[in-house]
Amino acid sequence: MGDFFKKLPEQAVRIIVLFIALAVVLFVVRQFILPSSLKDTVLQKATATEREAAKDVMYAGAQICAGCHEKQRDVKASGYHRDLACESCHGAAQKHVDNPAEVKPTSPRKRDYCGYCHTYNASRPTGFPQINPVTHNPRKACVSCHNPHNPAPSRTPESCNACHAQIERVKAASYHALLSCTVCHTAPEKHKTSPRTVMPSKPDKREFCGKCHDKESRNGKGMPKIDMDTHGEKYVCWQCHYPHSLGGL
Amino acid sequence: MDRRNFLKHLGLVISSGGIAGGISADAWAKIINKDYDTAKHFYGMGVDVDKCIGCGRCMQACKTENSVPDLPFYYRTWVERYIIKTDKSILVKTITMNNSDEPSDVSAERDMLRSFFVPKLCNQCDHPPCVQVCPVGATFKTEDGVILVDAKRCIGCRYCIQACPYGARYLHPETRVADKCTFCYHRLVKGLLPACVEVCPTQARIFGDMKSIASPLGRFTRMHKIHVLKPALNTDPKVYYANLDGEVN
Amino acid sequence: MELTHMLHELSTQVVGFIYPNEIEIQWSILIVVYPYITGLVAGAFILASLVKVFNVKELQPTYRLAMLTALAFMLIAPLPLQLHLGRPERSFEMFLTPHPSSAMAMFGFVYLWYLMVVLLLEIWFEYRRDMIVWSGEATGPKKWLLKGLSLFSTDISEKAVAFDKKTVKVITIIGIPSAFLLHGYVGFIFGSIKANPWWSSVMMPVVFLFSAIVSGIAMVMLLYMIVVPLRGAKIDMKCLDKIASFLFYAVIVDFSIEVLDFIHRLYESEESIKILSQLVSTKLFMSLVVLQVLLGMLVPLGVMAVIKIFRLQEELRKLLYFISAVLIQLGIFSTRWNVVIGGQLFSKSFRGLTTYKMELTGIEGLLVALVLLIVPFVILSLLMKLLPPWKKEELVSQ
Repeated sequence: MGDFFKKLPEQAVRIIVLFIALAVVLFVVRQFILPSSLKDTVLQKATATEREAAKDVMYAGAQICAGCHEKQRDVKASGYHRDLACESCHGAAQKHVDNPAEVKPTSPRKRDYCGYCHTYNASRPTGFPQINPVTHNPRKACVSCHNPHNPAPSRTPESCNACHAQIERVKAASYHALLSCTVCHTAPEKHKTSPRTVMPSKPDKREFCGKCHDKESRNGKGMPKIDMDTHGEKYVCWQCHYPHSLGGL
Repeated sequence: MDRRNFLKHLGLVISSGGIAGGISADAWAKIINKDYDTAKHFYGMGVDVDKCIGCGRCMQACKTENSVPDLPFYYRTWVERYIIKTDKSILVKTITMNNSDEPSDVSAERDMLRSFFVPKLCNQCDHPPCVQVCPVGATFKTEDGVILVDAKRCIGCRYCIQACPYGARYLHPETRVADKCTFCYHRLVKGLLPACVEVCPTQARIFGDMKSIASPLGRFTRMHKIHVLKPALNTDPKVYYANLDGEVN
Repeated sequence: MELTHMLHELSTQVVGFIYPNEIEIQWSILIVVYPYITGLVAGAFILASLVKVFNVKELQPTYRLAMLTALAFMLIAPLPLQLHLGRPERSFEMFLTPHPSSAMAMFGFVYLWYLMVVLLLEIWFEYRRDMIVWSGEATGPKKWLLKGLSLFSTDISEKAVAFDKKTVKVITIIGIPSAFLLHGYVGFIFGSIKANPWWSSVMMPVVFLFSAIVSGIAMVMLLYMIVVPLRGAKIDMKCLDKIASFLFYAVIVDFSIEVLDFIHRLYESEESIKILSQLVSTKLFMSLVVLQVLLGMLVPLGVMAVIKIFRLQEELRKLLYFISAVLIQLGIFSTRWNVVIGGQLFSKSFRGLTTYKMELTGIEGLLVALVLLIVPFVILSLLMKLLPPWKKEELVSQ
């Protein structure tokens, strides 16, 4: 080792010594002087996870409300809003749980809040109860007719377009405008109160449309007639024709 | 049981556990909550696009629960509205939380072919590009499948925001570090649901623990054909969409 | 709040649909300045290496100038990064506990290695003998500064100087791949982001590297043409023509690679092609088609080809070289802009475009960027005062 250094020119030795000194300083600082909170990644992750887990909760969760508010829970349990969490409308309530007497959750009673879900929006799934806020009892608070915990409408809807207004509007501009929904769909009474579990029927055979549209049939004067044996091969009619729309297309 | 008291004292348990230094690699998991073992959970979320009504309650609840700035430029979760018209043109926008756009726009439906709402959030990828690119390891994957950001370590370089294919991350304007949805990790460790799942009125969001034998997510993935966002990027997202339209990206 | 006001304004200028968090451009002009600066460092060094490793004797007059240029820009390089961080006071974390899977985490190592082991070491060995001689002639603080810089070494024998020359060559050989790493890793930072189709490309590090070489060579050429006359000396036309030659070939390679990328994108026509075409034809038209391609590459290429073919007069050549070099600087800066800012102007939903509103003041504003671009020249002039690139006898008077 000493020989090697003797053979090197003095400038190389100076440079090497300088670099070694720098490297040693860096090493010492990094390994021994720095606290482990800056170096130990496992420790950092652990403390970060704990910090995250210790954050305050703002929403108490639907289960807790029933602990004190059993009456409202019972009213809600069988209505359309049974799956709706209390805090969806009443806002974050953990502070109320921590201090029930002094901190009260909000209680939206104006029209605008119910409208977040129930104002008509063409992108909402079909059949979802929606109203036009301009024409549906304007300026009247929703809660004056609908109990928010069991919001059954004051009268059971008589016609399909209470919920299926979009289909009704499309149909009203089509050739089938004068056909009522029940001509093709039978809706059990229960569909009005359990819409997703009890569904209306739909026709399942070509002959159903053929009752009016087959050239042989005696119904339907002036309707477009086709020969059921040759028209449309093996398909059922609604695989090509959308019966609600104009021109059936 | 005094769930309220339990929640009150939990903070003490967590902070006292966290103070202990020199935590070993497996012991750190247990400290979060003496009843909570990160190894026993693996979280995911299911989203049923057909159920989303675009009410925006999830967006509002998330902002409240997680102190997200109340501006329309920072979201941990948001809902997109897609309108696909008969001329194949597609209109997409992020909904507002107060129905301020297109309240009862009946004319929008006239040439609509398909229209729906899609909730979006951090996909908590199992192969996360954001974790891969963080230069200081501030963002990391927990054992229970949640991607967290260590707000005390993040240097605000924004590389993770660039790397996320889903636009799920943002730079918090006050703390100047990266922020994103954490599946409400602070609620999960206490056995609560994330705030967005809690308030969703139609159960469009399903939360589940994939290590649990009976979980809503388990049934969800059995009964629906599942799609994830941008599968070609191989990020292994853990938000599973049912009834997702191909136009959503 | 100002930021809120700006974001509200931006939201009115969004075209199509963007994810709501994408409204704010995350990497600002400072992140355009950083690759431009490190590109100049790498490019200037490559020019210098042509002298020492590839023995291009005509370029000898530019060797020291190129090394000092590289050093001047290298010293400023970390600043734009530091200033753009959300939490700059925590930047040391990247050096202490870098996350090994991140390309950005390499910055600490690559920068330190290149600064210490390549640039400073090579400049030291190159100037050591002269520093010792100058410290003998100088007086006062300058004398001690030079003595200290030369680490108080005294041996200026032929053997020692020969050792210095050999060491410089070895360091340069190590330095070439190091320069590739210094700037190539920046290209990899962008090229490895699969979420962004504008960035994600195998060619990204290569494109970055070659445009760096182009900008570095052009910068040294510009400086040579400015500094030498300022010292009352004559420009060595053989040297200048040689630089221009290398610049010409470098631009051809750089242009070919970029054209290849362009053709490839159009031909494959992947999902992102629609939004990227919209991006290039609307938001990036001026900066890409006009500044980067036309003015920054095609015009200088044409000019230098004309010079080669028609063997123009010396004064005309100098003028055309100067104009080309300036256009190239603008073009390469635009290249960086188009990559960094361009990649953030379109939404990852591929359905919309946003806008970049560059502030004038503020820590990430235009003024700061300009200062960061000007300071290296100030540092260079100080370096040239302390360590002159040419001895009096090397400069031919005009």
